Amino acid sequence: MLGILAILPLVGALLPALAIRWGRDACALSAGLVTLGALVLLSTMAPEVMAGQVVQSRIDWIPALGLNANFFLDPLGLLFAGMILGIGLLIIIYARFYLSEADPMGRFFTYLLLFQGAMLGIVLSDNVLLLLIFWELTSLSSFLLIGYWRHLPEGRQGARMALAVTGAGGLSLIGGLMLLGGVVGSYDLSVILQNREAIQASPLYLPALLLILGGCFTKSAQFPFHFWLPQAMAAPTPVSAYLHSATMVKAGVFMLARLWPVLAGTEAWFLIVATTGLVTMVAAAAIGLFRDDLKSLLAYSTVSHLGFLTMLFGLGTPMAAMVGVFHIINHATFKAALFMNAGIVDHEAGTRDLKRLGGLFGLMPIAGTLAVIAGLSMAGVPPLNGFISKEMMLEEAAHTAWLGQSWVFPILATLGATLSVAYSLRYIVHVYFGARRTDYPKTPHDPPVGLWGPPAVLTALVVAIGLAPALTAGPLVAAVAGAVTGGNAPDAYLALWHGLTPALAMSAIALAAGAVILWRFRQAEAAWLRLRLPEAKAIFESLTERITAACRRLTYRLHNGSLQRYLAFLIGAAILVGLGGFFGADYVEGARERLPASPMAVVAWLALVAASVAVVIGHRERYISLILISVVGLIVSLAFVHLSAPDLALTQISVEVVTILLLLLALNLMPKQTPIESGLVRRLRDASLAAVAGVAVGAGAWAVMTRDGASISTFHWANAYSGGGGTNVVNVILVDFRGFDTFGEIIVLGVAALGVFALLDTSDRGAAGRRLALWTADVVQSPERHPMMLVVATRLLLPLTLLVGLYIFLRGHNEPGGGSSPG
Amino acid sequence: MSLEFLVSSAIGLLTACGVYLVLRARTFPVVLGLTFLSYAINLFLFACGRLVINRPPLFDKAAEAYADPLPQALVLTAIVIAFGMTAFVVILALRTYLESGVDHVDGRSDAAGQRRTGEPSQGGAA
Repeated sequence: MLGILAILPLVGALLPALAIRWGRDACALSAGLVTLGALVLLSTMAPEVMAGQVVQSRIDWIPALGLNANFFLDPLGLLFAGMILGIGLLIIIYARFYLSEADPMGRFFTYLLLFQGAMLGIVLSDNVLLLLIFWELTSLSSFLLIGYWRHLPEGRQGARMALAVTGAGGLSLIGGLMLLGGVVGSYDLSVILQNREAIQASPLYLPALLLILGGCFTKSAQFPFHFWLPQAMAAPTPVSAYLHSATMVKAGVFMLARLWPVLAGTEAWFLIVATTGLVTMVAAAAIGLFRDDLKSLLAYSTVSHLGFLTMLFGLGTPMAAMVGVFHIINHATFKAALFMNAGIVDHEAGTRDLKRLGGLFGLMPIAGTLAVIAGLSMAGVPPLNGFISKEMMLEEAAHTAWLGQSWVFPILATLGATLSVAYSLRYIVHVYFGARRTDYPKTPHDPPVGLWGPPAVLTALVVAIGLAPALTAGPLVAAVAGAVTGGNAPDAYLALWHGLTPALAMSAIALAAGAVILWRFRQAEAAWLRLRLPEAKAIFESLTERITAACRRLTYRLHNGSLQRYLAFLIGAAILVGLGGFFGADYVEGARERLPASPMAVVAWLALVAASVAVVIGHRERYISLILISVVGLIVSLAFVHLSAPDLALTQISVEVVTILLLLLALNLMPKQTPIESGLVRRLRDASLAAVAGVAVGAGAWAVMTRDGASISTFHWANAYSGGGGTNVVNVILVDFRGFDTFGEIIVLGVAALGVFALLDTSDRGAAGRRLALWTADVVQSPERHPMMLVVATRLLLPLTLLVGLYIFLRGHNEPGGGSSPG
Repeated sequence: MSLEFLVSSAIGLLTACGVYLVLRARTFPVVLGLTFLSYAINLFLFACGRLVINRPPLFDKAAEAYADPLPQALVLTAIVIAFGMTAFVVILALRTYLESGVDHVDGRSDAAGQRRTGEPSQGGAA
């Protein structure tokens, strides 16, 4: 069941691409039905999970690698799967009305479901290797979604940057999880989660932690990797609402929560995770406050809230983890609603620029009301859900000391909350209130229900959770917190009113100060601009440019396009590998009995040595070297005859003749001499490479031949006549036992023949054709076109040759012959 | 002198000649080098079946020893494929020469440091 749930969106991703043929409604409907089906499937398992059971599904995939398709559903998985599918369904409805006629909708929904499936895989995987596969899939599918409007350069840049940052983080995560699996001895998460002591005592704990955090921080856009998320806002708004607020960016936080039981609680965890979260929360809130693009503001606000969550999980206390879980729910509801609202404003007013908006409330009362509620929740105003989790966060921060300093966390957390209030109020006030303008690019009015319905559902949740937290979110939060903390969840209950606590005072200060900042926004903005902070995007781009340039220089230096150099490197590398193997072992002289060499063999050997050396020395005279090399080929054929391989001899000699003829024909059109080009140093280098290679290969052959070894050909020998019906075992092997290999050989020859034909057939065109037309013979030609002697000889010999060829062909199965030699 | 020594030294020599010629700058010696390497590799593969005299692998119930037929079958395939490769490379070299007027392996005749031969540059289409 669980396996089906995990695979459903991935398989269902095919549907929208097909359904688009029947129109946009059918397309959206198919995507919606897939998601709805998965959601229903999930809800059938929910009661079991909430009752404390863990639903599992185990499929052995590659057990040898520890890679199994194991899935499990615990409360944490249930929460995330519910968000992925629930918000996914709302997003699909919203996107149906958001995308314009010109956008290819089938592609959009296919990408979206692909992403949904990958995300679902992350939260359901029990095997960390499987989890990593899904993790990379989210990076890839989000690349496709961010770059969906491929005609926009910002879309392509944003997609590339997101892929570079999250992809690099993915690599880091792979390393970290492999280390973790190595320490525990299993890649199953459920086993890893049982081994807290072993992991934290291991010397690999810190490296594994750093690598895993590298993955989490890039995915969740934590400082200093925060810059990709605002760039990814070039995506269509439904994508931003889905990936960049509710799901994908939470994958990093999900990993923090998932591995919390085994990784949290150490000094290193607290210092790295909590500090990073705190810094991100404050810095991103400050940057976001002064962004004029609505989506950019929301993006930095998301980064800030992700910092908020990271900090809570970093504190390492069960209570803080529970608050983190609660805020995951709250942030998903109000932030997705606000992103959809930004999309509505963009759609209806024609711009997302805060400097060009204002006074929209009267024109768009429904969208305005929803935005005010969601925005106030983001600001942390009671009685909305954002208030409760922020209050609890401040409470946790209030009694946290950082390196012995008890003021750091309370002050900075309050500062973060203040900035959060300021940008939330700015979103509400600068879009919906103030003077109504006359210069909107479009005339704004409320959108169709398809666009405001989905955010309305989320806003209703915002209010419901805010008014009755213990009733609505309480059981789920308690169950998830229990799963995250490994059963150590505190017994606290969620309530709107916590009494007169320090957190309430901090909250009040934040609200007041935030309102003041907005009131004095002009001055604040001028002060901010005077700071001239470095732009992370520019730093990233100059860095990538420099790396690319360095790589290009290195590549061009190594790859100069010279075949000679490449071959020399190749041969040199092969020699080094061989020598490494040789000197890594002890050499023992082979014990096989040597065969005595006959005088004829010695003479043939001497002829071969002489001819080979002569070819190398005289290779500049091409005709002569061609004749000499045919001597070498002849002796090789003779060697086959002598060494009990008549078939090889036949084949070798016929191939030899054809090759030499072909070379002669080609040489007719080519230069007859080779000029001296390489310097002495180059020639000495090549000669020494050749000498070492020759000695090595010769010694290898010697080592093989002087040892006895078992051969699998006893089988072929025994079955050649009874099974293959032939006595020539070599040919029976070729056509029977290894018939498919021979078939492959025929294909290779066919490909070569096609290539030769293509090269020759077109050689009378272009530059080659002009050169051929101008070609004049540069060697002495026979005066006759068909010399008499050759003609007569051919007439006599051809029928004889054919007859001999036919004979050799037919007897091939039992005697030497057959196959390719007669040809 | 044993037959094994003759064959292995021949394989070594053929390899050395092949490697040296393959590293030359013109297409024709490279083709010759490839031919040498084919000889060497085929002989090497063949030698993996050990050397046997006067016992061709023709099935006979009475035969006690025979040459290993499997390497022979492999080498037979290798010879034919080497031929196909050589034929293709020869024609490719010919076509390259016709197309560019140069038979340098990198398609250039005036590479830096190689001008002392004094051969006039013919690079590029006429």
